[in-house]
Amino acid sequence: MPTGRKPDCVKLALPKGRLLPATACLLGDTGLEFKEYTEATRTYRLRSAGTPHVSAKMFQEKDIPIQVAVGNYDLGICGLDWIEELLAKYPASALVKVLDLEYNKGKLYLATSQHGAISSLEELPARHGSWRIVTEYPGLAETSALSLRLRRFRIFPVWGATEVYPPENADLVLLWARDESDMRAQRLVSLTTLLCGSAFLIANQESWQTKDVGRIIGQLSRSIGMAVKPWLQLEPKPARSIKRFYPDFGKEKVWLAIPDGHQQVPAADFLNKAGLQVQGYSGGRLNRRPALNLDWVNIKVIRPQDMPLQVANGNFDLAITGKDWLLDHLYRFPTSPVTELADLGFGEVRVVAVVSRDLPVADIDGFRGLMHADRSSPLRVATEYVNIADKYLHDNHVGRYRLIPTWGATEALLPEDADLLIDNTQTGRTLAKHNLKIVDTLFESTARLIGNKNRLGASTKRKRIASLVRMFRQAAEGNNNEEN
Amino acid sequence: MTNQRCKGARDSLPEDMERFRHIEDAFRRSCRSWGYREVRTPTLEYLHLFTAAGTLTPNMLSKVYSFLDWDGWSGERVVLRPDGTIPIARLYIENLAQEDIVRLFYVTNVFAFEETGKENRERWQCGVELLGNAKPASDVELISLAVDILRSLDITGVEIKLSHTGMLKALLKELKLSPTEEARLLIQILDGNWQVLTQRRAGNSDANRLLSLIFDLKGKSSGFLENLKALPQISRGLRSELDSFAEVTNLLDVLDQDYQIDITSTRGFEYYTGPCFQLSVKGDKIGSGGRYDNLVPLIGGKSTPACGFALYIDPLMNLVQPKAYQKTAERILVRGEIATPDVMKASLQLAQSLRESGYVTELDFSGRQPNSRWVVTIREKPPRFVVVDQAQNQKRETSAMGNVINIIGGSA
Repeated sequence: MPTGRKPDCVKLALPKGRLLPATACLLGDTGLEFKEYTEATRTYRLRSAGTPHVSAKMFQEKDIPIQVAVGNYDLGICGLDWIEELLAKYPASALVKVLDLEYNKGKLYLATSQHGAISSLEELPARHGSWRIVTEYPGLAETSALSLRLRRFRIFPVWGATEVYPPENADLVLLWARDESDMRAQRLVSLTTLLCGSAFLIANQESWQTKDVGRIIGQLSRSIGMAVKPWLQLEPKPARSIKRFYPDFGKEKVWLAIPDGHQQVPAADFLNKAGLQVQGYSGGRLNRRPALNLDWVNIKVIRPQDMPLQVANGNFDLAITGKDWLLDHLYRFPTSPVTELADLGFGEVRVVAVVSRDLPVADIDGFRGLMHADRSSPLRVATEYVNIADKYLHDNHVGRYRLIPTWGATEALLPEDADLLIDNTQTGRTLAKHNLKIVDTLFESTARLIGNKNRLGASTKRKRIASLVRMFRQAAEGNNNEEN
Repeated sequence: MTNQRCKGARDSLPEDMERFRHIEDAFRRSCRSWGYREVRTPTLEYLHLFTAAGTLTPNMLSKVYSFLDWDGWSGERVVLRPDGTIPIARLYIENLAQEDIVRLFYVTNVFAFEETGKENRERWQCGVELLGNAKPASDVELISLAVDILRSLDITGVEIKLSHTGMLKALLKELKLSPTEEARLLIQILDGNWQVLTQRRAGNSDANRLLSLIFDLKGKSSGFLENLKALPQISRGLRSELDSFAEVTNLLDVLDQDYQIDITSTRGFEYYTGPCFQLSVKGDKIGSGGRYDNLVPLIGGKSTPACGFALYIDPLMNLVQPKAYQKTAERILVRGEIATPDVMKASLQLAQSLRESGYVTELDFSGRQPNSRWVVTIREKPPRFVVVDQAQNQKRETSAMGNVINIIGGSA
């Protein structure tokens, strides 16, 4: 018989991305090393050799506050910005901010372009008209717009690349930056600072009240108290300064949005094929405002997820995004003026419904039956495609479910933290590697050229749009023929 | 059984609805007889209607149910109506602004998030708005109408507390704060945090002593306001607000209407500009109202003086005892002995003629225990009708349908 109290099992949620190097270094120094906690790792579940009662899982940083708040994890590490964003949306979230870890210091700025028409915060409530606010923090943006007493405002939530929107496509942005010099480098000027913070250790309220996590906290706070803190040297690089910057408000210019991320390389190839030479898009340094050999076209590089909403609002005339994101937008806003203009043929993925391989079901009907028979709590569905998932579940008469919106790496959530995923896959290999299986294919998605129905037709600009669409279609035909 | 009702939402059961309709009916009757006309605004409104400065405080705005509509790709948010008056002001601007004086009333629900889920997130109110009249007589008209409605509901012990938002704002000016600080203080006060002001009176400056005189004592007639006006430290701005306040209290004095002047009863709405009042019974707030001369121009209409009030149905429901509810024992149950077509036809016919004679008549073919006073059983063979008076424990039989009504009518 073992004597004494066994240590409580503790589950830790650790961030991928910007906080990973410093977090890994801090944990290593603290004696809480997770060997496989690296950006290149193939596994999401981590074990620590020294402290076997502590297990960890890797998440997108944005997902961590919600995972800890709902109680899937006892402790988590993420930036104060994402904690405050969750609390702005859901003030009653069961989160405790335990320890300021001091690295990745920065501020949330409400800012505007150096080249825009706004010079001070006081102008905002006084002026009529509707302020366009682009941000990754829609909850905090709404709270601050209300407390600033803006008469009228529209918030455009984005997945990233916030800094590239103003001045032409946004009046205000709410974004995280290290300091004013980072803001200046991005040609932005701060109107006010919403919060100032760094990475934090957070705890689930219930875990904090019932579990003994004292040892981990003790270890971490001892490290924080030390004189030498090597993890502070591992901060992200300062923002790159934008050298050439010519805002363009020309009414006759055609605005084209092209994607960053996975789609960037095939999109660059495609544009080449269409006879569009884009400088600063392919190769090493990404310029978010690349130059084009057609002087009547302005290009910005933004996240493909954000394009349909931006096209719907007339910020861009044309955009290259996936069918998946177009559908996700149209399911949410059925009367949106966004329309598909060409199938560009590249970037093929399948949008699929995925469950754990250990579940004895072969298709979605089987899954529904199992869920009905088995449980009183609602089904947990994790997805990047909130609206596609909603429609799919309605269409399949799945009764009670809760959507867990994620920001990528969704497959990490099964089976502990979700029952079903709606996710995309190219080959299915990643899913298989994580012991998951596909129970349904919702649709196949490729890159599409999208545009705004209300902007097609006559006038100089419309003619220009039409000729650009023709170039895309010709190149797409070539593409599709090659494949056949 | 699992609870499937939304947190903070509530079901109204038949008894509740009796009370609800009783209040609503009395309210409608009074309003109509005072020349007010009923309107209804949509449950959904644009958020920006409520964000113009001077409409809802940031604290109230942080509790609105706002979301994107199915065509909300432009980012324009809609809300579940968080307030009754602002939509009426919009309705007035869009439809009735050409009329001189507009008297409107409505029965509506308003939505506000409440964190614990123990209080209602959807509340009902009976509202009255009088647009186009700046005279203190209209403020007094509203107070009198409210009193009239409560009297017709047999609600006693109603206390009226009066305050004046203009006076409060002028008082804040006396503190000589920066405009930002002053605005912040006003918002805190309107959110119910009076301490931020009352703790200031400890000092010994003129302004602080004035605060003491105004906050520590409650006035019971216009005399109180006259006394304040006579003080040397009263500024011109404050005096003119006191004058405006006194115009209302003078009229109420003439009408022998009891009230209390309590400046700390100002609550909630940033759009109030002048006299306002709060109604309560044994400390429970049952209604409030006031003057809001700036609201119509703030949301885009032409300058229009206006005032209004709302009675809160939820607390009122605990204070009324509807007569209709007491009378439910007088109901009649018509039941068929067996469910043959002939018996069912006779039952339906009898029930119909009883209803036409003004009785509440229920049908039954299942043989359940009756809880009504009268039970009429219809048999297949004559005598076809058996009338039982459960209150008197009497039973009579007849073969003519017409006699049933006579038997019931005769002993009622």
